[in-house]
Amino acid sequence: MSQKHENENIKDIMDIKKRSQWADIWHHFKKNKAAIVGMILIALFVCLALFAPLIGDYQDDALKMNIRERLQAPNADHWFGTDEFGRDIFIRIVYGTRISLFVGIISVSIALSIGGFLGSIAGYYGGKIDNAIMRVLDVILAIPAILLAITIVAALGASIMNLMIAIGIANIPGFARVVRASILSVKDQEYIEAARAIGAKDHTIILKHVLPNSMAPIIVFSTLKVATAIMATASLSFIGLGVQPPTPEWGSMLSGGRAYIRDYMYIVLYPGLAIVLSVLSLNLIGDGLRDALDPKLK
Amino acid sequence: MLIPVMLGVTFLVFFIISLTPGDAATIILGNGATEESIKELREEMGFNDPLIVQYGNYMKDLLTGNMGTSYSTGKLVSGEIGQRFPNTFKLTFSAIFIAILISIPIGVISATKQYSIFDNTGMIFALVGISMPSFWTGIMLIIAFSLKLGWFPSSGMDGLQSLILPAFTLAIASTASITRTTRSSMLEVVRQDYINTAKAKGVSKKNVIRKHALRNALIPAITVIGLEFGILLGGAVLTETVFSWPGIGRLMVESIQRKDTPMVLGCVIVFAVAFSVVNLIVDILYAYIDPRIKANYN
Amino acid sequence: MILNNSILNVEDLVIRYVTEDGIVEAVNGVNIKIEKGKTLGLVGETGAGKTTTALSILKLIPDPPGEVVKGNITLSDIDIMKADENKMEEIRGEVVSMIFQDPMTALNPVITVGDQISEAIYIHQNVSKKEATEKAKEMLEMVGIPGNRLGEYPHQFSGGMKQRVVIAIALSCSPKLLIADEPTTALDVTIQAQVLELMRELKKKFQMSMLMITHDLGVVVEVCDDVAIMYAGRIIEQGTLEDIFRSTKHPYTEGLFNSIPSIDDRKAKLKPIRGLMSDPYDLPKGCAFCDRCDYQMEICKTMKPEKVHFSDTHFVECHLYNKNKDFKLNNGGK
Repeated sequence: MSQKHENENIKDIMDIKKRSQWADIWHHFKKNKAAIVGMILIALFVCLALFAPLIGDYQDDALKMNIRERLQAPNADHWFGTDEFGRDIFIRIVYGTRISLFVGIISVSIALSIGGFLGSIAGYYGGKIDNAIMRVLDVILAIPAILLAITIVAALGASIMNLMIAIGIANIPGFARVVRASILSVKDQEYIEAARAIGAKDHTIILKHVLPNSMAPIIVFSTLKVATAIMATASLSFIGLGVQPPTPEWGSMLSGGRAYIRDYMYIVLYPGLAIVLSVLSLNLIGDGLRDALDPKLK
Repeated sequence: MLIPVMLGVTFLVFFIISLTPGDAATIILGNGATEESIKELREEMGFNDPLIVQYGNYMKDLLTGNMGTSYSTGKLVSGEIGQRFPNTFKLTFSAIFIAILISIPIGVISATKQYSIFDNTGMIFALVGISMPSFWTGIMLIIAFSLKLGWFPSSGMDGLQSLILPAFTLAIASTASITRTTRSSMLEVVRQDYINTAKAKGVSKKNVIRKHALRNALIPAITVIGLEFGILLGGAVLTETVFSWPGIGRLMVESIQRKDTPMVLGCVIVFAVAFSVVNLIVDILYAYIDPRIKANYN
Repeated sequence: MILNNSILNVEDLVIRYVTEDGIVEAVNGVNIKIEKGKTLGLVGETGAGKTTTALSILKLIPDPPGEVVKGNITLSDIDIMKADENKMEEIRGEVVSMIFQDPMTALNPVITVGDQISEAIYIHQNVSKKEATEKAKEMLEMVGIPGNRLGEYPHQFSGGMKQRVVIAIALSCSPKLLIADEPTTALDVTIQAQVLELMRELKKKFQMSMLMITHDLGVVVEVCDDVAIMYAGRIIEQGTLEDIFRSTKHPYTEGLFNSIPSIDDRKAKLKPIRGLMSDPYDLPKGCAFCDRCDYQMEICKTMKPEKVHFSDTHFVECHLYNKNKDFKLNNGGK
């Protein structure tokens, strides 16, 4: 059999494996009602983020102060009421969704690409390289993630950009570990040996054979980490180290509303609920995916 | 292992903090200072030395317990931290204690009655629990228990009364996640062959759980408790801010706002050391519970 | 029926597993009888329902998803179906013990082997903890492990040694019936022989009956008096060792023999049974083995075969013998 043939055969086998794996995951996932609820909620959040301008104007409704209408309880015009500057809380939450999802996804992408790169190298090559990378990451892990993120933002200054960098960096060790572990679990499988035997290059093997087959745990971890990142964004903004007012961000809305909780609790109620619901949905999806990947462990 | 990690951590934190824009001498002397005096101070404080030399000096001082002086108050950093540390210690340990006390029994019962009403409700609460940001939960608890019901003070540190709300706030997320881990590791353990062996020799259901399953299930639970402690330390920063609790977390946030670099540095290092010490304790506990690990140490 | 002489009597046992994907009829009308001091070999491939049958004797079928639909199990004159959990706790370890397949996972990793052996003794016999430990030491020595290793943990033992410890646990209260679920499958071939020898010896010493679950006909020849061949939840052929080996009746049994190398005829080609066992979620209407059978007939597809008896001890469930009991399989009666 020619080498090309052999290559195609391996590819075929892996395609079948992949396809049936994903079909299988979906089969289990869709039976999980909680996970489906999570999916629907997240889809809703995404729609809100995408179609925010249809709900209200960013400048006029989310930013512009309107002292005459300040601190109104929820009513027909202002579903969630208005804040201390008379801005509509619902519209601010809708625009806040954009920031939360954006920061969550970008920071996880940063962590995934850097952590994933380090983890793949460590897992695939093993030995000294592995040791060196993992020791350095151990150092980062010795600082609780949120504290590390706070420290980084404290040094770099508070902005959305720095927030994403900080949360991204703080999550690198976690991603490196997960990627490394899943690479270790597939690296000695026979189809990898087969690919190596026919002379495939290391980077081809990592990118084409190892990573696709170790994707599942990484996806689960990423989903859960987007949830954590959304939480971290709100947390840092709450203590004044993230998104700065007047930009509508859930955590900074809570921070601003704190002074009024005695009489106007809805100012803090709804932004908080937005955080809980978005984080919860991602957790539900993550859990659902994990159970679908490993149905015996429910 | 602890010492190299600590060296790495201190260096990393030192490096990150050194990225802070703005001239430290200007911050100390205020904007009105003459160029001459700023120059003099920079020389005196060693700000012109290369970073590694500055780090060396800092470490030399740190070994003697000297963490420098605060830029804003001129007091010793170590003194300030020493004064605040017991408060953070009190808060975090109460929280982890509450979390362990609640989560392990619930996790075990949930696992033994999988899919019962108890299990389902418990798991929904746990999932919501890990999805709630602690600062928001704190505010909600303040609204309910101090503003509406008037049972507990909403801020400050004055006896046990004032500890309850912040400790519970901080404990919620950890409780939820330790419960989930205990449940799932318990479910994993009760599927093991040795549980069947125990049943087959006539061990009662209660003792199968208590003597055979629990100890094995605790091994992963302890890992999570260790990790949760790190998250708790990070959470302390937020909880202390919400409840005006005079601990290191709040000190850190205040110091960041005042650009008090030595104080921030001191706080992060103390947090990292505390986390590492907890991880060390976790390792020792491991060896105590799992004879396989003890064997590796000998 | 007078049960005096039989330790275990299983009648018309039906067990199914109800899962999200459907219902699996794991055990489908099984009858088993073991007499005092005898060993029955329960032979079949993975998924045939052997372990499920065994677990039901201890009432340890995980429920859910398992469900004993009907049947009677009498163990040493005790009606297992009617026994409550307290009664079962008394029975397990005392009247019946079970050895599980993989010694590597059958021992609790965080408890010393001494404590794991003495636990059963302490539960069932009216002794102090100290006496129980003393007895555990004797048991350990009986299975060929120095008594001073009592305080060691499972990870300090090799696979074969672990299986010896598992045997010591199972025999610590001299049960009347020992169920051994593939006790040697996970062990090296040389260790297998040692463990089998040990089991045979101890069986004689304790005058136990044994239910030996295996897929290895070699093990059957070594230790069994009677053999039951299980396929897709049914016993399809049963007889004495002699019956099964000398006058094989069921095509599946014949297939099992053809799948193992013969010492007499080294040149003979192995002839594996073709195909896979039927989907347990969807068993065929007729004979479950029909699709894989070389002697398949029209009737096999539509009707379940009835029992055909050849002697008091030997029966088969196969349509081949409906009209002509003297039908000979190609390699039958080798």
